[in-house]
Amino acid sequence: MQQSKNDLWVGLFVMLAAAALVFLALQSANLLQLNFQTGYRVTARFDNIGGLKPKAAVRSAGVVIGRVESIAFDDKTFQARVTLELDKQYAFPKDSSLKILTSGLLGEQYIGIEAGADEKNLVGGDNLTATQSAVVLENLIGQFLYSKAEEGGKPSDADRKK
Amino acid sequence: MSWWRPSDVGLAVRSQLADVGQAARLFWRLVRLFPAAVQRPGLVRDQVHFLGNYSLAIIAVSGLFVGFVLALQGFYTLQDFGSTEALGQVLALSLLRELGPVIAALLFAGRAGTSLTAEIGLMRAGEQLSAMEMMAVDPVRRILVPRFWAGVIAMPLLTLVFNAVGVVGGWAVAVPMIGLDGGAFWSQMQGGVDVFSDLGNSVIKSVVFGFTVTFVALLQGYAAKPTPEGVSRATTRTVVMASLAVLALDFVLTAMMFSI
Repeated sequence: MQQSKNDLWVGLFVMLAAAALVFLALQSANLLQLNFQTGYRVTARFDNIGGLKPKAAVRSAGVVIGRVESIAFDDKTFQARVTLELDKQYAFPKDSSLKILTSGLLGEQYIGIEAGADEKNLVGGDNLTATQSAVVLENLIGQFLYSKAEEGGKPSDADRKK
Repeated sequence: MSWWRPSDVGLAVRSQLADVGQAARLFWRLVRLFPAAVQRPGLVRDQVHFLGNYSLAIIAVSGLFVGFVLALQGFYTLQDFGSTEALGQVLALSLLRELGPVIAALLFAGRAGTSLTAEIGLMRAGEQLSAMEMMAVDPVRRILVPRFWAGVIAMPLLTLVFNAVGVVGGWAVAVPMIGLDGGAFWSQMQGGVDVFSDLGNSVIKSVVFGFTVTFVALLQGYAAKPTPEGVSRATTRTVVMASLAVLALDFVLTAMMFSI
């Protein structure tokens, strides 16, 4: 094939675009953090998952150790069935407990896992039963109003003295 | 005196339909003649040089300024919510998902599409295309196909450059100028941008836009009236139609890619 001075410039152009792709993939996207190794799956049942979404983080002591894989509704127990994928390198006792927490006041929700004391560790397919539901703001406000109303119904000390 | 008759409507609809059919046939030929482009890589290379390298300056400078503006505007808005550390994510997502492919395609239509239309329109006006046919050289194979595939190759490359320069421009405003924390800027960006669903879709979008813009430009040039006025009209139509097609397709692609 005949050489041309355009070869050099087109080559430079393509290399520049390839450099841009590498920069975008490594510096602005999560290529380095992508986890191609699969972990083990465990399921858990929650009474109320609040605003938990698939792909939410599973954290222990603040460190991300897995992801929420899927959320389904179980119409036998009327509970939410959450499938978690935990990183292979972390093992947890069988009686570990799960809690749905919120990062910050209005941040997104994640699952916190607290290690139990069992000698055996969780394996794939296990079902975790010790779970704590998400805190639903409306219920909190409802409880607060209810307790306020109870207080208001009772005659206060000042009233009794009259 | 009636100002339209049913037969006029019929004629208009029929000629429009015929135009659409002709366009579809040309598109199919260009796609099917991909092997012809592979057989003559020199022709494609020269066109990539003409369409890509010469558009690089305008793409890079525009990307830089779009990145600057996005970072400034994003900062002012996010400041109200006290979450300026999310600026990196906002910047990268809006660049990769929407602004990068769309603005690069609009600039490409203005910078490279018009020159394609004018070149081919003038070839038709100067009867060069007819002369080639007389010599049993297929003008679609020899003239249109290398330009078409060169445009399809150049568009994603230009979009990648636009995105990268835009991110660097946004960083330049956010971190050294405004004084945000550089570590939070990059880590928020990496946390929010997915390689496949964001960067990958950005590339897919730009490939689709490459097909769209290059094809519209070639079609307008090929179907231009062989007069100076016809060529000027075809060039205008290239910009109008390519821009509208890119914006409309962007909506469709976004709805397909990012809906849950």
